[in-house]
Amino acid sequence: MSGGVDSAVAAARAVEAGHEVVGVHLALSRMPGTLRTGSRGCCTIEDSMDAQRAANLLGIPYYVWDFSERFKADVVDDFIAEYSAGRTPNPCMRCNERIKFAALLEKALALGFDAVATGHYAKVVTGDSGALELHRASAEAKDQSYVLGVLTAEQLAHAYFPLGDTPSKALVREEAARRGLSVAQKPDSYDICFIPDGDTKGWLAERVGTETGEIVDRSGAVVGTHEGAHAFTVGQRRGMRLGTPAADGKPRFVLEVRLKENTVVVGPKEALAIGVIAGSRFSWAGLAPEDPSTAFACEVQIRAHADPVPAVAQTTTDAAGATELVVTPESPLDGVAPGQTAVIYVGTRVLGQFTIDRTVSAVPVGA
Amino acid sequence: MAVYLDHAATTPMRPEAVEAMVGAMRVVGNPASIHSAGQHAKRVLEESRERIAATLGVDGIEVVFTGNGTEAVNLAIKGLWWSRQADAARRRIIVPAGEHHATVDTVDWLAEHEGAVIDEVPLDEVGRVRLDVLEALLAEHAASVALVTMLWANNEVGTIQPVEEVARLTAAAGVPLHLDAVSAYGQLPIDVRALRRDTAAPRGAGLVALSVSAHKIGGPAGIGALVLDRSASLEPLIHGGGQQRKVRSGTQDVAAAAGFAAAAGAVHADLAADAVRTAALRDRLIAGALAAVDGVRLSGDPDPAGRLPGNAHFSFDGCEGDSLLFLLDAAGVAVSTGSACQAGVPEPSHVLMAMGRSEADARGALRITLGHDSTDADVDAFLAALPAAHAQAAKAGLAARATSFDR
Repeated sequence: MSGGVDSAVAAARAVEAGHEVVGVHLALSRMPGTLRTGSRGCCTIEDSMDAQRAANLLGIPYYVWDFSERFKADVVDDFIAEYSAGRTPNPCMRCNERIKFAALLEKALALGFDAVATGHYAKVVTGDSGALELHRASAEAKDQSYVLGVLTAEQLAHAYFPLGDTPSKALVREEAARRGLSVAQKPDSYDICFIPDGDTKGWLAERVGTETGEIVDRSGAVVGTHEGAHAFTVGQRRGMRLGTPAADGKPRFVLEVRLKENTVVVGPKEALAIGVIAGSRFSWAGLAPEDPSTAFACEVQIRAHADPVPAVAQTTTDAAGATELVVTPESPLDGVAPGQTAVIYVGTRVLGQFTIDRTVSAVPVGA
Repeated sequence: MAVYLDHAATTPMRPEAVEAMVGAMRVVGNPASIHSAGQHAKRVLEESRERIAATLGVDGIEVVFTGNGTEAVNLAIKGLWWSRQADAARRRIIVPAGEHHATVDTVDWLAEHEGAVIDEVPLDEVGRVRLDVLEALLAEHAASVALVTMLWANNEVGTIQPVEEVARLTAAAGVPLHLDAVSAYGQLPIDVRALRRDTAAPRGAGLVALSVSAHKIGGPAGIGALVLDRSASLEPLIHGGGQQRKVRSGTQDVAAAAGFAAAAGAVHADLAADAVRTAALRDRLIAGALAAVDGVRLSGDPDPAGRLPGNAHFSFDGCEGDSLLFLLDAAGVAVSTGSACQAGVPEPSHVLMAMGRSEADARGALRITLGHDSTDADVDAFLAALPAAHAQAAKAGLAARATSFDR
């Protein structure tokens, strides 16, 4: 229970369904802030108190479990390391993978619980084969199946998402109000929970440091300078203050961020288009496809709130025995950065996910 | 009916305290008012104060009511510190490691904002203050020491401190001593006047201030007291109407004082016999726990005479204290991992760390504290619930390690 409305209503529904429910608030920082600020909806003492008030109202016990060390090592430090290595990680996925459905789930199972219920908008359903499947939530706008794409069959077997069938968040808020939960109108949280003011770039600059570097075009010609490459994301257009105009006079976009060289590569919008994405770190959500090395139709989604794109996927194994999952979207993808997670869907079902570590441009240099 | 074994956090209110409080709530009048109603309230207040004073070996005028124990500690430490800066720069505060947060955070604040210099006295492995270090610090710096502050008995591991020796050392050095007796009060006899006499305390030095709290002895929460010797000089923290020797202004809570006094009277009616009774329960609990499970270790003083009669404190190898707490709670037994804190975030105990224990050891800590209403049945219930809770908590292990879900 984060202290937000979703987990409070999820807990209420779990209680109502007749389960023996215990509220657990994750302490993810040894030095939590006192009061909620900005758009954050978790991780302060105020949020912990909100969670406890909800648990009190539901008549369930409430405890704070300290995962601050693991969170720092597995999520926060990983976030910094990934950025430093030139990749764009998703810390919420990492938290689901390593904390909520790993450390927390394991501790809960060991303590005698059967499942971890959360306020995520996603569904776990039993498929035709009898195996558990992860699906998109009924509330399309709030669907969080993307950030749960990392869950394996074993984790799905102990995951419980009571909000999965609710058509909208508004209904969840209404229900919270009806139940007398004080968090019914609490604002949603959007930002990364461990970056209090939402200033991800400033936060990273403090930890990774700032250093003047070059902005180059695809031919390698220097067209400007910047104050730290980590402040840029692929697909970004503004904030580059380029001195040299492009030959064709068209706006330029960030095509690539080479953090190791502290260099930002820019070019025309067309050059953002990515024709193939691939990654060797992949997992299947539930049952793996019978033969993933045979190309199969799917949709691929590369950000939490991006639209899924029809694609063809298959695993390939090179001579050295290394297997990667290769996905070719029907139409090119924009704004793909290494380190991002691609989640593969078939209809509403999450088939699996992989971390993008290789991309192939849809437009060759000079085209 | 749940079994309550967390008396160090707070105690169930004694029936006589509830009665006294409810009765006093019906008394009309501000004790500072001049009319008869005020005088009546004043009489209830001062009789309560005298009754409490009698349990501490002081006169009524030496008992200053505060909002709680933490306020009393703040008033003593900050008040003495500022007062000691009046005629000379005495920047040093001598304070042991492993103190209660009321002290730790207060001296840290003085260091950060007022230039105080903190001389920390280490603890030995049972949690007792290293007297030799304290003595050496006083010998070296007596002229620049503002005050010495320490616990009479540790609130987590229950170790009783050599307060008479410290009182003697500070008296001889001419330095004021504050004792935080919040956890000792009601369990150990406290006689401030006798202690001052026996340690030949000069005016304003030696034991001059002592903090207590009502809710730890079966009284109400929301009232504590600072015992302040007549000779002590202390800057007030709260200014206003000049109540209570101008040391702590503000309208006084007659009902809370009455409840406090009733509890103080009840607990001191036969303190020695109660302590023997409680210690017997504790010793049975300790022996039972050590025999019941493997990998358990008693923290604090193994000598029963060296620890608070109501305190048992263990470290369980390979278990998280908060897992044990949860499982015992689910089994209807309320215990603690240490001192409660605001957000409920379990921290490895700074007391155990100060005793030289590892962080893993500190994470497996469990404090069981008995009180006036504890019974053999409570001890039986704890000992009955412990083996299963321990087995399950050991399975859950330490959350910091890798899980089978990692890949």
